[in-house]
Amino acid sequence: MKTIFILAGFALIALMAFTNGAVRHHAALVSDTTNVPAKFGFGSPATSQDIAKWDIAIRPDGKGLPPGQGDAAKGKAIYVLKCSACHGATGADVAGVKLPAPPLVSDTSAKNKPKTIGNYWPYATTLFDYMRRTMPYNLPGSLTDNEVYSLTAYLLNANKIISADVILDAKTLPGIIMPAKKLFIVDDRKGGPEVK
Amino acid sequence: MLGGTLAAAILPVTSSFAKYIQVGVPADDPTKRIGLGPSKLGTRSPFESPLRKPSDISSRSPLQDFYSTITPADLHFERHHAGIPNIDPKQYELLIHGMVERPMKFSLADLKRFPSVTKTCFIECAGNFRTGKEEMTPQDILGLTSQSEWTGVMLSTIFREVGADSKATWFLAEGGDASVMTRSIPAHKGWEDAMIVYAQNGEAIRPAQGYPARLLLPGYEGNMNVKWLRRLELSDQPWMTREETSKYTYPVKDKIRMFSFEMDARSIITFPSFPQKVERGWIEIRGIAWTGRGKIVKVEVSTDAGKTWNEARLQEPVLDKAHTYFRHLWQWNGDDTEILSRAIDETGYIQPTLRQLVDARGTDMGGYHMNPITSWQIKRNGSVLFKPENFK
Repeated sequence: MKTIFILAGFALIALMAFTNGAVRHHAALVSDTTNVPAKFGFGSPATSQDIAKWDIAIRPDGKGLPPGQGDAAKGKAIYVLKCSACHGATGADVAGVKLPAPPLVSDTSAKNKPKTIGNYWPYATTLFDYMRRTMPYNLPGSLTDNEVYSLTAYLLNANKIISADVILDAKTLPGIIMPAKKLFIVDDRKGGPEVK
Repeated sequence: MLGGTLAAAILPVTSSFAKYIQVGVPADDPTKRIGLGPSKLGTRSPFESPLRKPSDISSRSPLQDFYSTITPADLHFERHHAGIPNIDPKQYELLIHGMVERPMKFSLADLKRFPSVTKTCFIECAGNFRTGKEEMTPQDILGLTSQSEWTGVMLSTIFREVGADSKATWFLAEGGDASVMTRSIPAHKGWEDAMIVYAQNGEAIRPAQGYPARLLLPGYEGNMNVKWLRRLELSDQPWMTREETSKYTYPVKDKIRMFSFEMDARSIITFPSFPQKVERGWIEIRGIAWTGRGKIVKVEVSTDAGKTWNEARLQEPVLDKAHTYFRHLWQWNGDDTEILSRAIDETGYIQPTLRQLVDARGTDMGGYHMNPITSWQIKRNGSVLFKPENFK
């Protein structure tokens, strides 16, 4: 066995010497395994239709909001039909009742408990984004854009953030200042001994 | 023993060879009985039954049943927001667009063609801490953390492939389940050590962990490691999604802190723990420590309720952003005491007490990013009980 290892070792050294020589004279021989290309060329280009199909995210500045509109009165009717089974008759917390989903409505000055849109949501655009992508729970993603605008209006009105006559659309929704926004701070911890 | 002998004599014997050597042999003597043959899929010993503890929305890893740091894939903790989707890998596509030169789609096969990397690290839910009663196991207290060996492609490779704009400061990750869950992630994490992974502990990733591909952000809160990843969008600002505003944020005094990404250093003693019993004499105290900010450099164990601390032995290799196994030999004299551990990471951060966290954040701090030192009470009769601490 020892002999074989020694022979293998000599072979390896010989091979390395040869490879080094090859690098000097025939760089192309080894370059395939030593370079990483700027681009591999895998995958396929995404068309604008590919992107439109999935690009449903809404930013706080309103980027992504679709055409359409809604108001609180229409929203209330949709709420009763599609949301109240889990979130309760009005969306407000009912003492002593355990609802399948969290309460959504409260006095904006209520401190944290329960966390609702009025006292804990910093951006109104998030409501539209979240409801459209995954609500109602039993039929996720089934609401039309107009329904989502109306539900957003209803919930903002129920939390006393907008009046009942506001028409919500891609222009008005991003302009709403949420009462909780002023409470939010970005974590600035970077490790180290301080406990924050 | 007599019962065993009789049982052996009347047990049906399927192996034609075995029947010649079975008669009169105790059924529980494995040296006198041919065992099971090879099979297509292995199973655990019938004497072992580690199990997750499920609720409606999550299941917790049985930390007390692990002897080292890799979590068997079928015991990895779960947290999902609309159930586990059934995704056909042939239909799977990942879309990348926004501030990129070339918006692209990648199939699973495309992702697997890129240079691959393997990384062992933990994933921990940001809400991983429960307390409240003495009869709690490590699984009950901290079971929303697990560790796997993940394999996939570096996100930086994909960023280069699509020509990601260096001015993009954030990217959105979106899941392909019924919650279509989204999180905004700083672009620098994408260039540093983020990965798109399709394998877990050497085999295809499990459905509950994001099959066929998920985002892996080593050290960042679990929720951001988006499972069933279907879309990435680069941008110059965050989206302020529901999960990063109304969830995964927490009151700090009179403010609400958001964008806590890195998991703070913490540890837990997994042996001895409730409901185990210990005997006077030598006990090897064992547990795990981890930090989202690099490596664990030291774990200290106290066997006198925190009055004095001893340096525990760390199992090498200590990996970056990974569960780190620690052990400390202790000779218990049989008196009532409390044992506890604290983790120290490479930034110099020392795992705090609950009191320190309350002082820093107030009593209304909620349940996210809570990493207090946890204690076990050792009772004179050998029983081990969790020490719940009230902070309200």
